[in-house]
Amino acid sequence: MLSLTRLLALAGVAGLIAVPFIADGLGTPAATTLATSMLIYGIAAASLNLALGYGGLVSFGHAAFLGLGGYVVGILYQHFVSETAVFGWFAGTNQLVVTVPAAMLACGLVAACIGALSLRTSGVQFIMITLAFAQMLFFLFVSLKAYGGDDGLIVRRRNVLPGLDTRDDTTFYFICLVIAAGCWWLMQRFARSRFGLVLAGVRQSERRMAALGFTPYAYKLAAFIVSGMGTGLAGALLANHQRFVGPDLLHWTKSGELMVMVVLGGVGTLSGPWLGAAVLVALETTFAAWSENWQIFLGLVLLAVVLLTRGGLDRLLRLMRGWRAS
Amino acid sequence: MTSLLEVRGLAKRFGGLVVTDDVDLDVRDGEVHALIGPNGAGKTTLINQLCGELPSDRGTIRLADGLLNPLSVGQRVRRGLARTFQIAQLLADDTVLDNVALAVQARHGHSFRFLADARRDVVVREAARRYIADAGLTSRLDVPVADLSHGEQKQLEVAVALATNPRLLLLDEPMAGLGHGESRQMVDALGALKGRLAMLLVEHDMDAVFALADRISVLFYGRIIATGTPDEIRDNAEVRTAYLGEGDS
Repeated sequence: MLSLTRLLALAGVAGLIAVPFIADGLGTPAATTLATSMLIYGIAAASLNLALGYGGLVSFGHAAFLGLGGYVVGILYQHFVSETAVFGWFAGTNQLVVTVPAAMLACGLVAACIGALSLRTSGVQFIMITLAFAQMLFFLFVSLKAYGGDDGLIVRRRNVLPGLDTRDDTTFYFICLVIAAGCWWLMQRFARSRFGLVLAGVRQSERRMAALGFTPYAYKLAAFIVSGMGTGLAGALLANHQRFVGPDLLHWTKSGELMVMVVLGGVGTLSGPWLGAAVLVALETTFAAWSENWQIFLGLVLLAVVLLTRGGLDRLLRLMRGWRAS
Repeated sequence: MTSLLEVRGLAKRFGGLVVTDDVDLDVRDGEVHALIGPNGAGKTTLINQLCGELPSDRGTIRLADGLLNPLSVGQRVRRGLARTFQIAQLLADDTVLDNVALAVQARHGHSFRFLADARRDVVVREAARRYIADAGLTSRLDVPVADLSHGEQKQLEVAVALATNPRLLLLDEPMAGLGHGESRQMVDALGALKGRLAMLLVEHDMDAVFALADRISVLFYGRIIATGTPDEIRDNAEVRTAYLGEGDS
């Protein structure tokens, strides 16, 4: 059983590495771009899963972090090109090793503020407050004419990384793959760590965890901050990938999309969010090519998966593995 | 003997209803102090005030001379005040071992550790195994709590509370819902702990109370109407009226 799991994992890794070469071989280089999107949304969904799945914190405002991460890249790039100072304080940059940590730092700070206030509530109130904060950021960026307002910011050239040509789609795919692999590894460690176990306990019974001597609020806040930072990382990569960042990344439908990825893949599972992100990105692309009203088809697929598997794609895979074994 | 827990003038009202009415209570080091009273007397409310889930309107709670009032539930646990719940509050998805290990983990350094595998922490796991062995649940180590019997869950409640290494254990009806045999087991288990830590035992099962308690306090409509040895309480006229009045209605 273990060897089969190992085998599947190895096949998965080999497949991910082979994607750009297969795409080039088949004469469809766009597939590499699509796969890059899947990886980036996978990072975002896995980060949301940290709060939503492991912590039971149903955040309906994670688009705020996706968009903010993207805007950090966009704003730093704009000031780099115009050779002006950001907030009249520090210079812009196009170095990926600077912009990505900056995006994560900014998202961590904003997540700390949003989390500190929203986590005083729970349930439906928590959902609504996170949504409200995300909408505030959305309208802030829509009205920021200096940074494109409605039109967003164009990042004419991707951020640079010493020694690598990030303008090449294949190279950028591999950069995202390495970062995604790092996120996967961290998430897997995280779920078994002391913190992960406490967070899972808080999700099940805050009362019990308090009676053991823990302060549930602190753990929920830390999870929310890390989750926001991870989503910000995805936003920063997305802005580089699309070479554009606009308010649509901050829109509440984006928050919904991230939640759909997590639910579709399997809430609180390791591989679920990645599967969900990949499938949702693939379906969106496929259906959008078919029809203008592609969201109808997407909705039907979601209904089918959620109702029939009761645990998302991750559970579906487990069931199939179980059948094969029996 | 000095008081470990010292409660003075504690009060709580919900709207017009006075649930805890000027309660003075002392629990001595190492004693089993039973808190009895008819349904609705305010026993669980008092427990919730002591452990910090419910803020008090007035009065002071001291544990070993340290004022507990401003402390959160978690902080009080770290000072040595643990509790069990009348309706078991356990992590149902997790195994018996995981439940107890979390309690041990709570007092072994901080839990803001994100990378190391907590289930391979030998110190924590071994300590947890000992508490589970004491509770007689070793054979159920890797069983999810949701699959335990009611009696086993009650035993696990006690084991988890003990794993926080308390000086005072608040027991909220540990026998409630147990069968006769299970009740006896619980009485034996609690009896074995006597002297190692102080216990405040809220219980309806009078056989258990008289078997375990060194002293008994009687709570009636939010007030302590009597405190004394089991014999003194048995002979107390006011207590008899309170209980007989309840029995008549």
